[in-house]
Amino acid sequence: MPRGLKLDTLLTLLVLLALAAAPLLGFGANHYMTLFARMMIFAAAALSLSFLVGGAGLASLGHAAAMGVGAYAVAILDAHRVTDMTTVLPVAILASALFSLLTGAIAVRTEGVNFIMITLAFGQMAFFTASSLSAYGGDDGYTLYDRTELLGSRLLESRLFFHYLCLGFLLFCWGMCAMLLASRFGRVLRATRENALRAQAVGFAPYPYRLLAYVIGGTLAGLAGVLFANASEFIAPAYMGWQRSGELIFMVILGGLGRLSGAILGAIVFVLLETWLPNITTHWKMIFGPILILAVIFMRGGLSGVLGARRG
Amino acid sequence: MSTGLFLVQVLNGLQLGILLFLVAAGLTLVFGVMDFINLAHGVQYMLGAYLGAALAAATGSFWLGLLLALPAALFFGLLLEVLIFRHLYDRDHLSQVLATFGVILFLNQAMKAIWGAAPLQVPVPALLEGGVVLMPGLQYPLYRIAVLIAGLLTGLGLWFLVERTRIGMLVRAGATNAAMVSALGVDIRRLFMLVFAFGAMLAGFAGVLAGPIFSVEPGMGDHVLILAFVVIVIGGIGSIRGAFIAALIIGVTDTLGKSLMPDLMRLFLDPSAARQTGAALASMLIYIAMAAILAFRPRGLFPAKGG
Amino acid sequence: MGFWGRAVAEALLSIQGLRKHYGGLAVTNDVSLDVRPGEIHALIGPNGAGKTTLIHQISGTVTPDAGRVVFADADITRLSLPRRVQAGLARSFQITSIIAGFSVLENVALAAQAKSGSSFRFFRPAAREEKLNATARNALAEVGLAERANAIAGALSHGEKRALEIAIALASAPRLLLLDEPLAGAGPEETEKLIALLRRLKARYAILLVEHDMQAVFALADRISVLAEGRIIASGSTAEIRASAEVRAAYLGDEDLPC
Repeated sequence: MPRGLKLDTLLTLLVLLALAAAPLLGFGANHYMTLFARMMIFAAAALSLSFLVGGAGLASLGHAAAMGVGAYAVAILDAHRVTDMTTVLPVAILASALFSLLTGAIAVRTEGVNFIMITLAFGQMAFFTASSLSAYGGDDGYTLYDRTELLGSRLLESRLFFHYLCLGFLLFCWGMCAMLLASRFGRVLRATRENALRAQAVGFAPYPYRLLAYVIGGTLAGLAGVLFANASEFIAPAYMGWQRSGELIFMVILGGLGRLSGAILGAIVFVLLETWLPNITTHWKMIFGPILILAVIFMRGGLSGVLGARRG
Repeated sequence: MSTGLFLVQVLNGLQLGILLFLVAAGLTLVFGVMDFINLAHGVQYMLGAYLGAALAAATGSFWLGLLLALPAALFFGLLLEVLIFRHLYDRDHLSQVLATFGVILFLNQAMKAIWGAAPLQVPVPALLEGGVVLMPGLQYPLYRIAVLIAGLLTGLGLWFLVERTRIGMLVRAGATNAAMVSALGVDIRRLFMLVFAFGAMLAGFAGVLAGPIFSVEPGMGDHVLILAFVVIVIGGIGSIRGAFIAALIIGVTDTLGKSLMPDLMRLFLDPSAARQTGAALASMLIYIAMAAILAFRPRGLFPAKGG
Repeated sequence: MGFWGRAVAEALLSIQGLRKHYGGLAVTNDVSLDVRPGEIHALIGPNGAGKTTLIHQISGTVTPDAGRVVFADADITRLSLPRRVQAGLARSFQITSIIAGFSVLENVALAAQAKSGSSFRFFRPAAREEKLNATARNALAEVGLAERANAIAGALSHGEKRALEIAIALASAPRLLLLDEPLAGAGPEETEKLIALLRRLKARYAILLVEHDMQAVFALADRISVLAEGRIIASGSTAEIRASAEVRAAYLGDEDLPC
């Protein structure tokens, strides 16, 4: 039942509106567009993770690997000179869905810190596999010849078009995750997250629902990976590593656990800090670290919590 | 691979395992007793290494450096506990992960700022230079044997402390059921601080020992941290015995794997592909081991909290 | 059991020779009992008798070492907890187990949802499904929680939470209710309400009631079985149990033990 828009949702909508308007209001320079693209792509990835963590209670420390699978799909196909979205997109979706299905089949059987560790393990395995693929760059990474084509056209090369493509994808992710969480499927997920015994006592076996959620989250991340590969035109194994997975978790927590809009805000704030702080000093991590610590200690519920939203 | 080389790798693996055990012991106790995920445990290890290196350089003696580094590591551990960690005990695990990651970021950068990014050299103490003859024609560094012995003795001492003393009993009880221990009137805060400080000191000790063997550089704790987590997940959270066995398994698997895997791959692939695939598989080996063990024992080999 | 032919034919739930050991201890020692439709069969016994373990084996959270659990003529001994619920056997918990973050209505609607087709539906908001909401509201009305439908479940009083537990069980459209100490921790007023509720429910459901509150048991039960040290030491009508010397010994013996 619509209880009116929560403040954090409103703020997120305003921020997205600002992003939509930005190129038209004079922020069209290359370095801005790069920044915006990075923000929106990570926001989508963080959203898919928030769906998993806040919705299903699946705190995955291997989410970057799913994103990386999508990115590497672009790279590998590019190496074989297959560059149109009509092929790249389905392959990326299939690859990240399969990756999530296979790893999730094992991981979702565990819980708590063991789940965190197993997802970390699978992420690291993906990282090492990518590092050993010398045909596709190995440790040094792979540079795309060009961005992926759209039905033969080079629309993605246009920064403006790419900007709105990313924005559109972000909105799609947001809408989809919100819809899923409100559906029957989402209700079972949320119930299982809070009280697995009660969900079982009411007649739901948690495993199939959680596994499906894990696959959906991983596939959305894979799609974000396709966009990321195009944004940076460079794909490296580090995209799959635990540090990147950790950053995604931070965006989710920073924004506020359990709030989809929070993940968007958290990602944007994170990317901003990551971009601006190095301009202040090379030792910017000595500032960033304490910021994280203080944020966690004093901002319970993350940015969303500060804006008055409560975990649903 | 010759027997001699194999033996050397096994010993190297055991020695890595012992160091991992020292780090993992504190980690598993802190997690078991206080339900606190301490990602910053790896930087305790790094702090120990840097303090050991710096104090050894300042005093000119490795032993003096070791002696001074331990209380210094203890002090920093307590500082972190009082300033940051005790505000996080009642928070969810992910918040703890985030906050302790902030500590990692800060301290890694601080080390870089103070000592620079280049690795510090820590010379092996004069007393332990040279090697021990294991087989005709095969020498093994005396220092590494000393580390093995030191680690085993510490492990023994830890076992005695945990299994045979009253404090140890409280810690074991706390690892099984912290609420119960608190309800029995034990000052749970003080117990937490004790466990935390001791764990920090153990990690620091491992860091000092590691100085002459591994390179002392910013971020050296991160890899060890992941390994330590793998160890405690396999061993069972809250279990010292589990941490010991799992640490040795992981140490030997990782070391042997890295040296054997490329050779194994050469049976199937050409040399350069074998080297690459071998290296990749070797790195994955411990994760595969963890996934396999968790598939059969989802709560680890010796879970402390009931069965 | 064939000798009691008529009883077997009528029984909805039949537990036959259940055994469970933990280490050397026989926590459940050759327990047999049955529950007929339309009756309240109470299970009582001193502390440590093994009532909770028995309930776990009936509901599916613990697997017995030996014996059978037969429900509606089907052997459900190896069936998982969710499957048993789907088959028509609902339970409430001794320690309240509700979804604290959901609203009261959503807690119950979840149970209704489980019985109303597939939950692999992704598009419509579940909160707008009027059929589920209606079923939920009915169950809430039964237990007297209709006005609290929109409250957050975690904010309910203890007695209200116990009632919610029962409402959730009702919304599963069960044939048999397994109630594990529903009156635990309830004050005198709430106890009276719950007793009246259970009386109303008797007509439509078979109920296996585990309880400590003797007054409630004697007021509600059609049959009583007494569990002590893992075995049934007496089973019969209220009058028979009240008169039984073994039962008195089991309880009084318990009370005479020094603390």
